[in-house]
Amino acid sequence: MLKYTEDHEWLKQDGDEIIVGITAHASDQLGDVVFIELPEVGREVAEGEEIVVIESVKAASDIVAPVAGVITAVNEGLPDNPGAVNADPAGTWFFRIKPASVDLSGFMDEAAYQALIG
Amino acid sequence: MAELRRTMLYDLHLSRGAKMVPFAGWEMPVQYPMGVLNEHLHTRAHAGLFDVSHMGQVILRGPGVAEALETLVPTDVLGLAEGRQRYGLFTNAVGGILDDLMIANKGDHLLLVVNAACVEQDVGHLRQLEAQGISVEPVTDRGLLALQGPEAEAVLTRLVPGVAAMRFMDVAEFDWQGATLWVSRSGYTGEDGFEISVPADHAVAFAEALLAEPEVAPIGLGARDSLRLEAGMPLYGHDMDATTTPGKAGLGWSIPKLRRAGGARSGGFPGDEEILTELADGPSRLRRGLRPEGRAPIREGVEIFDAPEGGELLGRVSSGGFGPSTGGPIAMAILPAVLADGTTLWAELRGKRIPVAITPLPFHQPSYRR
Repeated sequence: MLKYTEDHEWLKQDGDEIIVGITAHASDQLGDVVFIELPEVGREVAEGEEIVVIESVKAASDIVAPVAGVITAVNEGLPDNPGAVNADPAGTWFFRIKPASVDLSGFMDEAAYQALIG
Repeated sequence: MAELRRTMLYDLHLSRGAKMVPFAGWEMPVQYPMGVLNEHLHTRAHAGLFDVSHMGQVILRGPGVAEALETLVPTDVLGLAEGRQRYGLFTNAVGGILDDLMIANKGDHLLLVVNAACVEQDVGHLRQLEAQGISVEPVTDRGLLALQGPEAEAVLTRLVPGVAAMRFMDVAEFDWQGATLWVSRSGYTGEDGFEISVPADHAVAFAEALLAEPEVAPIGLGARDSLRLEAGMPLYGHDMDATTTPGKAGLGWSIPKLRRAGGARSGGFPGDEEILTELADGPSRLRRGLRPEGRAPIREGVEIFDAPEGGELLGRVSSGGFGPSTGGPIAMAILPAVLADGTTLWAELRGKRIPVAITPLPFHQPSYRR
């Protein structure tokens, strides 16, 4: 089951890792994505740290680490095909992060997220 | 903050799902559900309809109106034939640019089209011509539409037979369902196309009639910006302003020999000494095109250096973004004129320096019907 952050990320637990992408709402707000810079694998990141640069035709923005942890993998094909984010936001992951322990209970579920974006 | 103004096509934009944003005091569509990228590509391949009703239309009338306007613009207005249009600049006393504009000779009057953000300033500026017996009439009862793209002629011809005979920068009047359209063959995209001034009471019906044609999609300000950037066209307030001379803005081409030093009607406009001396000597700095390496867009304000570390700050990006037709990031900046095309410079982006190559403008070759 997916969880959601207030920064419009979707989170999916996979064992002791979390897979992170952005929501359809975020993708709509950004517009056509033309550039993505992913973090290095192995990097240790703090919660809230800006770790992905994502630029649309309109503006540059960031994706933050939803939790503290280590980046264990990134979607390496994505920088060459940034439009995938708009085409299939729910199916397009950015990175995997491994926190000390996975606990997604503090994040929003689908209903709460839908309420947030109205 | 003053309330945003709405064009007569506001409801139409909403009905088409536009995302509206504030722009120069107006509430304008930045994009439709198609999205900026596809709107841009649609315009290059077919025909795009832009609402540019926020721009100012001003009629100048009176004996000697062309001579009078030449005291404010370094343009050959006297030599502008009836039924023709020309690009010009309002300059200030220090040789900077107050606005850029289109000047059309419509026989018994001149029609100017000026930037939305500059309308009040420009009209005030023009009022000094009233002392010479010129009337300055802002046009407030008309919308302005732009139909741009390789299929624009075929589309507009179905509604307004006769426009096909127009050449690039021709202006003419046509009837459409009892309304008089003021049509020019011009635009701000680097594509063939038309700008059409339409009476307010016919604006929505005319726009809907164009949108009913299969080649036409509504296009927002987002794609208008990427289209003009690829076409190497400067945007007032970004690539030039009251501190930028025509020479540095790369707009010396709009000042003919006749208005330059030694010409038959040399000078006689604000800032003439500064502007003409600079053009005669060759400007030390010039608006140039830049292509960054990789895919990261470099946007307005990004600093350009002459070395990968340290080095000298040469200038800042004045316009930049992603060029959908060029398939990568593109930008413009005013940089030393001495640097050859192809020279590598470095843009500082998020603390890193990215190589950028000086590239001749435009990035996308225009396809006008001359």
